[in-house]
Amino acid sequence: MTQAFRLENGGLINRDKKLSFKFNGKTYYGFEGDTLASALIANGVHLVGRSFKYHRPRGFFGAGVDEPYAIVQLYRNNETEPNIKATEQELFDGLEAKSVNCWPSVNFDIGAINNFLKIFLPAGFYYKTFMWPKSFWYRVYEPFIRKAAGLGVASTKHDKERYEHKYEYCDLLIAGSGPSGLASAYSAAKNGARVILAEDKPRFGGSLLTSDVNIGNQSGEDWANSIIAELKEMPNVVVKNRSQVFGYYDHNMLVMSEKVSDHLPKTKKYHPKQRLWYIRAKEVLISSGSIERPLVFGNNDTPGVMLSSAAKEYLKVYGVLVGKNPLVFTNNDSGYETAIEFKKNGINPIILDSRVNPQSEIINEAINLGIKIKFSYVVVAAQGYKKVNSADIAKISDDKKQLGTVENIKCDCICVSGFWTPTIHLASQSGNKTKFKEEIDAFVPGKSKQNETTLGAANGIFTLEETLKDSFTAGQDLSKKITNNDNKISFPNVVEKKSSQHDKFWCVPLPEGKNYKRFLDFQNDVSVSDIEIALKEGYRSIEHVKRYTTLGMATDQGKTSNLNGLQLVSDIENKVVPAVGHTTFRPPYTPISIGAIVGREVGKHSKPTRKSPMHSWHEKNNAVFVDAGVWLRPRYYKQGNETLFEASKREAKNVRTNVGVCDVTTLGKIDIKGPDSAELLNRVYTSAWLKLPVGKARYGVMLREDGIVMDDGTTTRISENHYHMTTTTAQAANVLSHLEYYLQLVWPELNVNVVSTTEQWAGAAIAGPKSRKLLQKLFPNNDVSNEGLPFMGYMESDLFGVKARIFRISFSGELAYEVNVESDNGNFMWEKIIELGQEFQVQPYGTEALSTLRIEMGHVAGSELDGRTIPYDTSLDGLVSKKKDFIGKRSLNREAFTSENRQKIVGVVPLDKKTSIPEGSHLVKDAKAPLPNKKLGHISASCWSVEHDNPFSLAILKDGKNMIGKKLFVMSPLKNKVIPVEIVSSHYVDPKGERVRS
Amino acid sequence: MLHIKCPYCGMRSQNEFSYGGDASVKRPELNKEISDQEWDSFVYNRKSLRGKHLELWQHLSGCRQWIKVERDTATHEIFNTYKADEEIS
Ligand SMILES: [Zn+2]
Repeated sequence: MTQAFRLENGGLINRDKKLSFKFNGKTYYGFEGDTLASALIANGVHLVGRSFKYHRPRGFFGAGVDEPYAIVQLYRNNETEPNIKATEQELFDGLEAKSVNCWPSVNFDIGAINNFLKIFLPAGFYYKTFMWPKSFWYRVYEPFIRKAAGLGVASTKHDKERYEHKYEYCDLLIAGSGPSGLASAYSAAKNGARVILAEDKPRFGGSLLTSDVNIGNQSGEDWANSIIAELKEMPNVVVKNRSQVFGYYDHNMLVMSEKVSDHLPKTKKYHPKQRLWYIRAKEVLISSGSIERPLVFGNNDTPGVMLSSAAKEYLKVYGVLVGKNPLVFTNNDSGYETAIEFKKNGINPIILDSRVNPQSEIINEAINLGIKIKFSYVVVAAQGYKKVNSADIAKISDDKKQLGTVENIKCDCICVSGFWTPTIHLASQSGNKTKFKEEIDAFVPGKSKQNETTLGAANGIFTLEETLKDSFTAGQDLSKKITNNDNKISFPNVVEKKSSQHDKFWCVPLPEGKNYKRFLDFQNDVSVSDIEIALKEGYRSIEHVKRYTTLGMATDQGKTSNLNGLQLVSDIENKVVPAVGHTTFRPPYTPISIGAIVGREVGKHSKPTRKSPMHSWHEKNNAVFVDAGVWLRPRYYKQGNETLFEASKREAKNVRTNVGVCDVTTLGKIDIKGPDSAELLNRVYTSAWLKLPVGKARYGVMLREDGIVMDDGTTTRISENHYHMTTTTAQAANVLSHLEYYLQLVWPELNVNVVSTTEQWAGAAIAGPKSRKLLQKLFPNNDVSNEGLPFMGYMESDLFGVKARIFRISFSGELAYEVNVESDNGNFMWEKIIELGQEFQVQPYGTEALSTLRIEMGHVAGSELDGRTIPYDTSLDGLVSKKKDFIGKRSLNREAFTSENRQKIVGVVPLDKKTSIPEGSHLVKDAKAPLPNKKLGHISASCWSVEHDNPFSLAILKDGKNMIGKKLFVMSPLKNKVIPVEIVSSHYVDPKGERVRS
Repeated sequence: MLHIKCPYCGMRSQNEFSYGGDASVKRPELNKEISDQEWDSFVYNRKSLRGKHLELWQHLSGCRQWIKVERDTATHEIFNTYKADEEIS
């Protein structure tokens, strides 16, 4: 396998290291330092894909981030990744890639029939065609669009790679390491500023790597290398290659994607694949350069038509010829630079220059080298289907309206240059209102919006000397503001060739009788005629034209198409380009992988995991865990082959007959101290709190200002000015913020301090008829009788040498206690309870049994306090004080909240006493009523009642108060269930509450 | 991501804060007789301003203080930040 288009010498690749790779199943060779694109071109491969809409053959158009076509599916280390630009993907040994958008193969593609039917696919085709009939949507249109859309296939496997996020602060962030980036970084760094210099390519230097210039008696490339080497040695400088600053956000926050391992066959151990940098910079220097603009002519999307700057880059960086018989079509001097490089390597290019009689140093050099140049000539159309094999060319009149006789000349590539477009995406993203610069027919940044300064080509300055001067000065001045240093740099001597003015001409008219497609947007297959249609149909705003035609959309974001599109609209509309305006540039500048955005926050790392001090005991005792907010809680403790249902029934039953113990560490706990603590509680809770004695607990409900129940829990008076509040696990953080809000902003006169103590205490609920006997064993020296420690009583004690708090509170409806010890002693407490509880048949119970117990006794929890219910709805209205004011009280007067048939909590039992009722089901009067069947209420929680041994549910039901005893239907269309039920009281067990007081 | 100057802790990133809405809202005093309309506008009605807006933020992952931030809702520019009890100039 020879690399027929690789030069013997030259380029920045390492010819000593040969790499093997596969493209569409065929093996090729390239060299270390190649991109996939340069290696394919070296092998003469130009057909890499099919276009999005018409499935036309696609080759390479650029040599970097500007590439609109050469997008491949990459296979690396048993993973696959779509949407990879072949021009950016560095070659590694064993790389595999495939074409996208083609079936069955890139050479024979059935979708290309669209190309021959293209008359049916004009602008707005999708909007017009896929409108009707409606029934066609999901059967015909959607599958078609889904198959046609997209640039590759996302992997369905779990991504095993690691992605990191990094937060960084710096004085100057410099995006782009071309001449302006290097110069500004250098002078700022010398001035002591903390600098981050980012380059998206593997090599630093930008245009210096390909241009024929001299800086300080060195070649551009050597100068770049010496500056980079010096910067890398400086402790105040971070220099990053393969790093794209893709987004400029508020307050000078920029985000950069660093490709750490994508250029390697396999990510090294402990290394990430990619790293996302969040950088807060004091000053931002945008030195992102410019992208060459295409010229527009017939079939200008044929493989082999490419930007002249790309052809030059393949030559100078990779030692690769994009063709051996090149045609250069240009409207400015840049095309000459490419032609000269060809000539220097023994290739004879032909230059077609649309200008009449341009004169400059570069043109003279080309003439002196004997390069054939045709002035006032244009390419009318490229010929060849899968690769350019000739070009139709013609002389063009001075007014650029008339073509002369069309002749055909042989060529194997057409290098186009339509002048340069500054890359202003970052400046625009920062909020900078860009302005149109007539001399270069392009937009440049206007007045700085944030702390951003745009330099060099990105600022529309295309001479090296001016760029370097501006950039050295900018780096110097901006760093001086920050560091107060004033270390001056001497400007190096610069030698460069002077250019002549470019031609404003960019779009070749169609020759008579020909109807060639002339493409503007190569990624989205948008041609001149599409824009014409959109305007004819009345679209005027450039934003609308963009969406109707898809010009400048998708991953490309109009990098090569934007200005030509605007130019066309302005020509047709007879407006100037600035009046047409440009569409908004949005981040990201270039596609960013989802993995990089997510970072390490995947799977178990997507949120912190909190474990109680007793977690390892639960693990050892076969607990099956469930996520409860950020906590991991035992759902049930599996014995043998038990199912969840069987285990939770056993555990709940044991609480009702013997005694159970449950880890309640996760409950929110807030320590409240200060002389006004009682007053705060009195305002926060709906019931009266001023008279709660020391050593007593009380159940309380708190509302939001709109009258909706926010949370419930018990609060205990530990001493005169000291309370211990508990909240639900889910609302713990919100309740603390809520209290802080009122204490800091609304009632700052209250002398109270609040602090979360959730993690300071480990809690165990001991519940069941034998719980008192067990408690007595744990605290042999305390009087825990009904008189010594009555319901809602509190005492402090000593658990075999460990400080303990005992609360007589119950969530299960049984005689129950809650013991708290400091977290470090949690496991000790737990093991003591299990050990001393053996004689009472103690068993641990998990959240599933806990739910069963609370549901059948009608105790409300999160599924009833769901942000839509008021105290009345949940039968908590007995706790609402009529006498005093509290948060949210005024809202309870609202008409809907006082309505006679207001929803209320009820119990629901299936008539057959067998069928389980799915949570979330609706309650209806008539199961056979026509749709939409009127919903009377919904099932909030379901369990298998261990007391009655049949299913039982809680529901929030319209006019629930008067519905007890009525028969309704539960409907769950999701589970395809219709269940006849009877409405009963929500207190299904011990309705008088005798057990808790026994 | 915004960069907010906590009057207690200094410049911190937005992800340490939580938003608390319009800072000019005053809760009616407790036990005061007020009309339905007055209460309704306290609970529900907020101006959705374009431009300068005085708003509450809590430095949740920092000092836990509720602070007042004067911010432009269109440009996100922050003009000043204040302690909860600070006089606003
Ligand atoms: Zn703070």
